[in-house]
Amino acid sequence: MQTQDPEKPTAAELAELSRRIRRLDLETVYRAGAGHLGGEMSVLDLLTVLYFRVLRVWPERPADPRRDRLVLSKGHTACALYCVLAERGFLGRETLPGFLGFDSPLNGHPNRVKVPGVETNTGPLGHGLPVGVGMAKAAQLAGADWRTFVVCGDGELQEGSNWEAAMAAAHHGLDGLTLLVDLNGLQQGARVEETNHLGSLEEKFTAFGWAVREVDGHDHGALLEVLEDLPAERGSPTCILAHTRKGRGISFMEDRVEWHHKVPSREQYEQAMAELETGS
Amino acid sequence: MKEATKTLHDCRDAFARELECRAEADDRVVAVCNDSVGSSKLTGFRDRWPERLVNVGIAEQNLVGVGAGLANGGCIPFVCAASCFLTGRALEQIKADVAYSEVDVKLCGISSGMAYGELGPTHHSVEDYAWLRVLPGLTVIAPADPVETREAVRYAALHPGRFFLRLSRVGVPALFPEDHEFVPGRADRLREGGDLTLIANGTLTWRALAAAELLAGEGVEARVLNMATVAPLDRAAVVAAARETGALLTCEEHSVHGGLGSAVAEVVVEEVPVPMRILGVPGVFAITGSANALLDHYGMAPAAIAEAGRELLRRKG
Repeated sequence: MQTQDPEKPTAAELAELSRRIRRLDLETVYRAGAGHLGGEMSVLDLLTVLYFRVLRVWPERPADPRRDRLVLSKGHTACALYCVLAERGFLGRETLPGFLGFDSPLNGHPNRVKVPGVETNTGPLGHGLPVGVGMAKAAQLAGADWRTFVVCGDGELQEGSNWEAAMAAAHHGLDGLTLLVDLNGLQQGARVEETNHLGSLEEKFTAFGWAVREVDGHDHGALLEVLEDLPAERGSPTCILAHTRKGRGISFMEDRVEWHHKVPSREQYEQAMAELETGS
Repeated sequence: MKEATKTLHDCRDAFARELECRAEADDRVVAVCNDSVGSSKLTGFRDRWPERLVNVGIAEQNLVGVGAGLANGGCIPFVCAASCFLTGRALEQIKADVAYSEVDVKLCGISSGMAYGELGPTHHSVEDYAWLRVLPGLTVIAPADPVETREAVRYAALHPGRFFLRLSRVGVPALFPEDHEFVPGRADRLREGGDLTLIANGTLTWRALAAAELLAGEGVEARVLNMATVAPLDRAAVVAAARETGALLTCEEHSVHGGLGSAVAEVVVEEVPVPMRILGVPGVFAITGSANALLDHYGMAPAAIAEAGRELLRRKG
């Protein structure tokens, strides 16, 4: 596909890229025999738009102090991040088959020491937003223009540490901080609303002093529109409630709780691959 | 006792003075606290650099995460909170965001040990060595006097790495000369002696020295090691003490389980098994009282340390 500016893929090109990365992710998890496909399919469009259009990052200089920071707080979807980082040039694609291998840098949760482009080691939930608040505060103190993005799950918002951080972010007026909530409505064991209902996140984050935007988390054009208009309100951190579906793009996985960390059979794998060839 | 009449120092003052010196010299130095501006002695810092004091309120998990993020963003964060809350409430953040992420945060556990003795075990921090010394790459330091406190803060500010500084508010006499060179991971031999070795740190170092004086009055020469760094431990100093004196007595303002004594014992059993005693809080939630009264109560008055030394000598034979 041709593009005017390879640095600025269009929404349609981003959608195509996401589909390719979904296939890469599926293949990587299938080969490793473990992973978190449901949440990875859910978060992949967010990561693709961020890494290919929004984040100011340089794969050849992953630690450049002027880079935008992205923290994947839902660290169990590491494979999605690895696939995006590989497509973006942070990792060689040949490293992906090492996912979950013995002494591989590509662990089940991202490790900043082992993987270029990873900012902090996540895995236990509720850790990303506090660290993101610290990053955004550092930029504010330095008067720097780099920005911080945190991607978390919705079930993860049951962790109280997020709300400590949400308060602090608003108190410090961190408008360089954006939280994207991958709002797929499912957590490991059941629906979020059946487990510990979050209520209205729009009202909660607004009450905590954040500017809140809602978007279809699989609509690349809509995501671009929101993410290219940050901060949503000057002086406030931005929360983007991205409505997503767990297992997105694979019919038998979509919105099914059992696909949190299930691995497809050979037949299921082939069907999923076929769907991702032609799907939206 | 004689030492009680000496001038006693609250080591938080030395901590605060040196932190301000470092902040003046390097604008990357920031202080992060949990509504503990006063108890962390950060009022001077706040008055001089209000924007560089990041107070996150009463929220320790966020406190440590914010510290890690600040370090990622190029700051040198000194994260200050009462040790009981910093290490207990935010242990997973210390493990994942700081130690495992290898992000250079300087953790300052204020009013550690039983400094809040009267407030009860919720506010005692006699588990922190046990929790923190097992985290790879985290240097755990308990200074014994103002000079050592100053030098530890200076070292942490000037060197990359992850540090936990265990800082007491309980008065201690000055022990080190002004020009003392602090080296993390190196024990300081404060007294020579060949009959047994007393190993202590923090608020116990002066007590161990006083005990050694009592023993000297009876002709028993005790070596005294100030083991400020609990992790990584100076294994060579422990091995030398075991070989050369044949008996080790450790003293700490911490549980007898998992702390300095345990760390020393790990070396002793592997390298040079010799008779040993571990003095500390004996595996109970402590009663309440002032820190000094509690240390006396749990067998760490200088006379009691000396008596434990005599018992050890009898076992040594």
